[in-house]
Amino acid sequence: MMRSRFDTQLEQLNTELIRMGTLIESSIYSAVKALINQDKEQARKAILADQEVDQKEKDIESLCLKLLLQQQPVAGDLRLISAAMKMITDMERIGDQAADISEIAIYLADDPYVKKLETIPQMAQETINMVSDSIDAFVRRDLDLAESVIAADDIVDDLFVTVKNDLITLIHENADTGSQAMDLLMIAKYFERIGDHATNIAEWVKFSITGKHKEVML
Amino acid sequence: MNKEKIKITGIDLYYGDFQALKNINMILPQNKITAFIGPSGCGKTTLLKSLNRMNDLISDCRISGEILLDGQNIYENIDVNLLRKRVGMVFQKPNLFPMSIYDNVAYGPRTHGIRSKVMLDEIVEKSLVRAVIWDEVKDRIKKSALSLSGGQQQRICIARALAVEPEVLLMDEPTSALDPVSTSKIEELVLELKNDYTIIIVTHNMQQAVRVSDKTAFFLLGEIVEYRDTESIFSMPEDKRTEDYITGRFG
Repeated sequence: MMRSRFDTQLEQLNTELIRMGTLIESSIYSAVKALINQDKEQARKAILADQEVDQKEKDIESLCLKLLLQQQPVAGDLRLISAAMKMITDMERIGDQAADISEIAIYLADDPYVKKLETIPQMAQETINMVSDSIDAFVRRDLDLAESVIAADDIVDDLFVTVKNDLITLIHENADTGSQAMDLLMIAKYFERIGDHATNIAEWVKFSITGKHKEVML
Repeated sequence: MNKEKIKITGIDLYYGDFQALKNINMILPQNKITAFIGPSGCGKTTLLKSLNRMNDLISDCRISGEILLDGQNIYENIDVNLLRKRVGMVFQKPNLFPMSIYDNVAYGPRTHGIRSKVMLDEIVEKSLVRAVIWDEVKDRIKKSALSLSGGQQQRICIARALAVEPEVLLMDEPTSALDPVSTSKIEELVLELKNDYTIIIVTHNMQQAVRVSDKTAFFLLGEIVEYRDTESIFSMPEDKRTEDYITGRFG
């Protein structure tokens, strides 16, 4: 009642973060689809969608600055707004990396794959879940969910090692696969980085709930 | 590590039948700034005034419990005038006497028996310098203090309080009637003064409490809900009522 305007603005911040989260989830999804189906058109769309993500980051940033200016928040409100400002930086990077994957997908679209893609789509699914759960954890103030995102990063890291080892074997067997293998390794590395960014988001979610960032009181 | 300047134990205070303070226990550390925050009528100013026995002036006010200043009970065998010399006060609105700037600042020292013009001159200048108002008024200290702006008057009030060389400075919303520039001057001054004084400040301005104080006590309905380091209170309050108050959900 007393602060209905402020509460409405905070609600708007939540909504915008969910929207940005949905955008990057669909960027990752489009990138991996384009990769699997060798679909240049879908890859181009995924690259264009990154502009929307960038715009969203700017919108949320200015909303946060407006909230800091108008409301001079303290305690839980301050943690929530500052966490949001940190989170969107990682979200924007995830958007960039999805676009980078799509660029390589275009490059790889002309020749058949030397080996069926199995682990990379798994990495995509894991990272999409991580992104979606980290934003959910923020909106619902769910500490356990944030913890589970951080734990899931090990799965993505393990998948990356699997991809890397598979590709090494492949090159050993047939040196001609080297060029394609390098590109696929890059893609796997991008997914691994997306996992790291989702982990960063989850760390800020934990901060917004507990006041501690990586176990340190800020 | 921090010396206890004031120790408050089990203070209950009544105005007639109304209990304004309920079992207050706290330690105010020396050379620190402690902020009292809370909604109007929650006991902040009442406790502040108990610290130099300003409540004695209210006829139906009863107080029990113990307040020690450097270990000495201020409600037992103490010269109240001497107590108020040691524990000075600055009020919400500048309350200068209708006399010159000089006479306002010299008022306290004169009351305490200082007659020498040389000494008074020295005390007045020193106090005005400490209150960061000397440069603005040095050419007109014989003029009426009431001709100054609100912000200047408040700094003269602080100079007047400093002139008797207190140890503790009580400030009851000292900037609530001032513009932002004067407010920031007073805040700078308060931060400067804490090197030599123990300061307790009542404020309704949360940002001010964050900016100037080392410790913050949150009062509600005559009780202290939470009393901790200012940064902790404003980043991670322990009590939900504190969070609700400082984030503007009530009060």
